[in-house]
Amino acid sequence: MADRALARAAAAVAPHALELRDVRFRWRGRPSFALSVDALRVAPGERVLLVGPSGSGKSTLLSLLCGVIAPDSGAIEVLGSDLARLPGAARDRFRGEHFGILFQMFNLLPFASVMDNVVLPLHFAPGRRRRAAERGSVAAEAMRLLEALGIEPSLVRSGTAARLSVGQQQRVAAARALIGAPEIIIADEPTSALDRDSQQAFLDLLFAEVTRAAATLVMVSHDGTLAGRFDRVVRLEDIARVERGQGERAT
Amino acid sequence: MIPRLAIASLANRWLTALLTVLAIAFSVMLLLGVEKVRTGARASFADTISGTDLILGARSGGVNLLLYSVFRIGNATNNVRWSTVQEIAARPEVAWLVPISLGDSHVGFRIVGTTIGYFEHYRYRRDQGLAFAGGAPFADLFEAVVGADVAAALGYQVGDRIVIAHGLGATSFAMHSDKPFTIAGVLAKTGTPVDRSVHVSLEAITAIHVDWQGGARIPGLVLTPEEVRALDLTPKDVTAAFIGLHSRLTAFRVQRAINEYAAEPLTAVLPGVALLELWGIVGTAEQALAIVSALTVLTALLGMATMILATLNERRREMAILRSVGARPATIVGLLTAEAAALTTAGVAAGVAFLYLTLLVARPIIDARFGLYLPLGLPTPREGLAILGILAGGIAAGVVPALRAYRLSVADGMMVRT
Repeated sequence: MADRALARAAAAVAPHALELRDVRFRWRGRPSFALSVDALRVAPGERVLLVGPSGSGKSTLLSLLCGVIAPDSGAIEVLGSDLARLPGAARDRFRGEHFGILFQMFNLLPFASVMDNVVLPLHFAPGRRRRAAERGSVAAEAMRLLEALGIEPSLVRSGTAARLSVGQQQRVAAARALIGAPEIIIADEPTSALDRDSQQAFLDLLFAEVTRAAATLVMVSHDGTLAGRFDRVVRLEDIARVERGQGERAT
Repeated sequence: MIPRLAIASLANRWLTALLTVLAIAFSVMLLLGVEKVRTGARASFADTISGTDLILGARSGGVNLLLYSVFRIGNATNNVRWSTVQEIAARPEVAWLVPISLGDSHVGFRIVGTTIGYFEHYRYRRDQGLAFAGGAPFADLFEAVVGADVAAALGYQVGDRIVIAHGLGATSFAMHSDKPFTIAGVLAKTGTPVDRSVHVSLEAITAIHVDWQGGARIPGLVLTPEEVRALDLTPKDVTAAFIGLHSRLTAFRVQRAINEYAAEPLTAVLPGVALLELWGIVGTAEQALAIVSALTVLTALLGMATMILATLNERRREMAILRSVGARPATIVGLLTAEAAALTTAGVAAGVAFLYLTLLVARPIIDARFGLYLPLGLPTPREGLAILGILAGGIAAGVVPALRAYRLSVADGMMVRT
């Protein structure tokens, strides 16, 4: 609770939901790949589209933003906390509590039920669990989200997530990212596995729920045509520098 | 919820998990089975003779004497003169002496020539005496007492008449068919070689040999049972003798006296000491068996580690999802270690269950076939220790894939690079 209140207070004071300053990162033990980001700021509630071709460091940047990896130097301030200074376990806890994350595909545990997949983050985030249960039960909130995202109730409790279509899987994954109203939603090309029509429908639903939760959205895509929906488009090559070692490719 | 997901994940890979559990189960069953047979065999051997302080025989190794006199394994190289036996029986320390004469068989079962004292003094399984399932000890020259297995295998009852063969083969050509014996008694089951013996008096052994010489019938000499009864049937020699002493403290003194007996080369052994000597001999084989079965367990555990490692790659997505929702790398390590522990526990439980089921079914067969009585008791402390060791080994084997998963999950972060 104190953790949460502190973050809220810090977020209220901090003008940014996310801020990167002079971040340097280098992958170790592989063909050298280094990423530097001098400055990136995202305001609370802002929706930002990060556009860049493959290999431009998108995945690395997202891992840094979510605190899965720590930068070699620089600051990554999220809701007023500097992730770069937090120890690993605290970063993991922070991520569970304040981030909702959507991958490109394979978002779900195929052997678990839809309901189990949706409420999974709440196990690691007591604050989100409390918020999800505020208007009734956790299960009711999960049902509300799933329904809002267009998943039929009959699909929720019976069977595993494996038999869902790709489009349905992405919606369930969106429900998981949104449950318990985390402050920041990170989406890594969430629509690239969907066809054009499904893409639009999916984004409509996602944006509606993000708005409802007043969350900050950072989406990564190589597809600039989505730009119209966002407050701002950031081209990765404008903010990030990538260095690759020559002749160090793994054989 | 996380344990439930871990179980669901495992259930998702149920076939590999099942095979792994089976491999562990069979190895555990083998390990504990070898241990059960080992202790069962030891107990069975140790229980075969009890209450006998010394065994007397012709000069030979102690183990050899024990084997042929008590377990009816192998043959004596020499006999002991009857006068010598009587002299030793007369020593003041000796409370009782039961001579035995071996060398003949009845349809593959050994014939033991002895005295009535045998039924009184022979003790097995912590001082248990021989009991009669029917009838009484032999009272007449041509009467026999059969062991429980002999009666069961050949369908003998008190009053049946049998023919006793010369030599030890199951189908001896030289049948002593002219002198049939009547079954006077049937012994109760003992779980010792007594069950597979036919007992007659020492005089009977002499009687069936009077008209034989060098393994063949003496031409022209055919005696009727009545003529035989009239002869002096005092045995000339016996194979061995069981001796009971008034005081066990004198055992070594009597043993030395026998071993240094001047008129004839003799050996006397304390059954317990000879058994220890025997364990020393079979100990190497036992150890080899134990090592082989332990290696089997090791193989099964390595197989489990391999299985977990192999599935790790396809589970990187699962790990990445868990990491993305806030699971620490330690949680991932815990999950995999718990999986190894669960598989090992299931394997051990199944192995123990298999073992007891097999024992339940096979026990009567093993008892009948090999005279080996396997106790169905709870695992001994030694077996318990082995089980704990296997569980610890299983968890240790799970640490290898868990550490690799840790490394992968730290390196991959949430974005799996393939």
